[in-house]
Amino acid sequence: MTSLMGHPSADGRFGEFGGRFLPESLIPACAELEAAFTDAWADPSFHAEYESVLHHYGGRPTPVTECRNLSAQLGVRLLLKREDLAHTGSHKINNVIGQALLARRMGKTRLIAETGAGQHGVATATAAALLGFECRIYMGAIDVVRQALNVFRMELLGAEVVPVSSGSRTLKDAINETLREWVATVGATHYCLGSVMGPHPYPWMVREFQRIVGTEAQGQCRELLDGEDPDVVVACVGGGSNAAGTFAGFVDTDARLVGVEPAGGAAIGRGIPGVVHGSKSYLLQDEHGQVLEAHSLSAGLDYPGVGPEHAHLAATGRVTYVAADDAEVLDAFSLLARTEGIIPALEPAHALAWVVRAAGTEELPAGCTVMVTLSGRGDKDVAQVAEMLHPRRIVESLM
Amino acid sequence: MTGAIEIALRARRDAGRKLLVPYVTGGLGPDWVRVVEAVAAAGADAIEVGLPFSDPVMDGPVIQEASQQALAAGATPASILTELSRVDVDVPLVVMTYYNIVFRAGHRRFARSLADQGVSGAIVPDLPLIELDGWGAAADGAGVETILLVAPNTPDATLAQICERSHGWIYGVAVMGVTGERATLASTAATLGRRLKAATDKPVLLGVGVSTPEQAAEAAADADGVIVGSALVRRLLEGAGPDGAAAFVAELRAGLDAL
Ligand SMILES: Cc1ncc(COP(=O)(O)O)c(C=O)c1O
Repeated sequence: MTSLMGHPSADGRFGEFGGRFLPESLIPACAELEAAFTDAWADPSFHAEYESVLHHYGGRPTPVTECRNLSAQLGVRLLLKREDLAHTGSHKINNVIGQALLARRMGKTRLIAETGAGQHGVATATAAALLGFECRIYMGAIDVVRQALNVFRMELLGAEVVPVSSGSRTLKDAINETLREWVATVGATHYCLGSVMGPHPYPWMVREFQRIVGTEAQGQCRELLDGEDPDVVVACVGGGSNAAGTFAGFVDTDARLVGVEPAGGAAIGRGIPGVVHGSKSYLLQDEHGQVLEAHSLSAGLDYPGVGPEHAHLAATGRVTYVAADDAEVLDAFSLLARTEGIIPALEPAHALAWVVRAAGTEELPAGCTVMVTLSGRGDKDVAQVAEMLHPRRIVESLM
Repeated sequence: MTGAIEIALRARRDAGRKLLVPYVTGGLGPDWVRVVEAVAAAGADAIEVGLPFSDPVMDGPVIQEASQQALAAGATPASILTELSRVDVDVPLVVMTYYNIVFRAGHRRFARSLADQGVSGAIVPDLPLIELDGWGAAADGAGVETILLVAPNTPDATLAQICERSHGWIYGVAVMGVTGERATLASTAATLGRRLKAATDKPVLLGVGVSTPEQAAEAAADADGVIVGSALVRRLLEGAGPDGAAAFVAELRAGLDAL
């Protein structure tokens, strides 16, 4: 059976989206990476090593948790795929372990990466420490401030964090700067890209390294649901890696698939086709083609583009993309903490916010079963949220 | 097709001249059009005009800063092209921009707007050979020469295809890296220049990291000429104006003429 989320075309396309729009100097590196990944992913010993590291070191499989209290409150049966329990606190570790093992197989000695919320940076720094790579992380100067804890974590792990002060000083500009460095250091350096975006083969490769989330979840849901699949499967979408990995496990079932973008960075909801960071996808841009800045409280979703496969899944209608705004995200963040004792990251709080809003409506009728990928834990966001919810208290405690 | 740029550059090269192509960011400062004219008069053989893009991944800090300043001042691709149509120079004009600007406008519409405003060629550094088809066909159809880039690590087979497909000249990227001044010319420059000269009779120009008259002369020893961007744009950011730009281009010209 060929899946809707199978292999992209030879030129790296998902439908009309994707491709390899990069300076000629990076084309050989992308071709080399594509060949290496294709070879490794067909090699059972590579799979075995990847799965073994994720099991013994990364804490996989992560559980699926049934949220009894919140389910009662919402009138729908809510399950969470607990990527917050993976090592380093988010799904990002799955992709990074895959890429780091691949980079080692390719003989690279150095990893570079962009990061937004810092979760991908922390995961990359972690894999670098484990597998003995030098590591440099580029991070927008605004994110360095709002995710200060993660900056310190990366430094503890031995990585160098470089603040990026150009453009909007967020994720988009961190990617620009990482690409600029990669052009200069491409020989020994692997660019460990953090989501299902960028030039071919990244969107495909990162989705394959995240597929484990969906594969596990699908089996676990069937166990919990007497062999049934959930009615609806929901994930937040920044670049779209946790969503792509999740959807890959359910795309060939009858489950309805929903991706939740931030209202201030809804590339699919409000963007039009464009090309940035190596691939063609939906993009927030002005009438001249200048890329617009996204605005989201969540640093991990503060990105004006989206992975090309999501653009294709939207165009085919297989996945529905919706948006959640900052206020409802903060509410959902607190709600899950109080009802279930789980503090989510702000990114998956977007997915929860949509569930809270949609529960009991036609989109998510009472009594239906919904699985949300809880892509990460909220520790990194607690200081930021405290300041937004209780600015006085923080100020007073500092006096 | 052999277009106006290639014809002009071949003629000058075959007359024994080393070619000089300065880069100026379009919309940078109120007098950027006069900068283009001054640079032409000071000895340029063609001029590259940047249409600024919000996310210029092939550019270092100087051209990033110039692009941001031009965009902040309200420059758009259309406004720059309109001003360019009034420029009075006798050397070919080429725009350098990023693919999303082209894609957003539409291939055919963008190609036609270049041709209509008297621009002879285009350089789109994030559009590699493998993604060239749509734009390439539209540009050819409008008589716009698309100048392709070759990097030091481009394999021989691809290099040969790019030399075949490139119009106007072949742009050899002298260094593995983005635009910006370097203290010395990269060793990759000479190697790439020789590889390209062995592969094609089209004009071969080396750019990126060519910053001084001495480096220009050194690079041009293994090629037909050079492109100089950041070193000129930095002077413009520092307030050099048309006269300062012309003086620097004259120095570069003298460096090349001494070869
Ligand atoms: C916990 C968490 N979820 C989601 C994201 C968004 O990335 P993606 O859309 O690739 O899953 C991030 C990014 O930093 C994250 O940290």
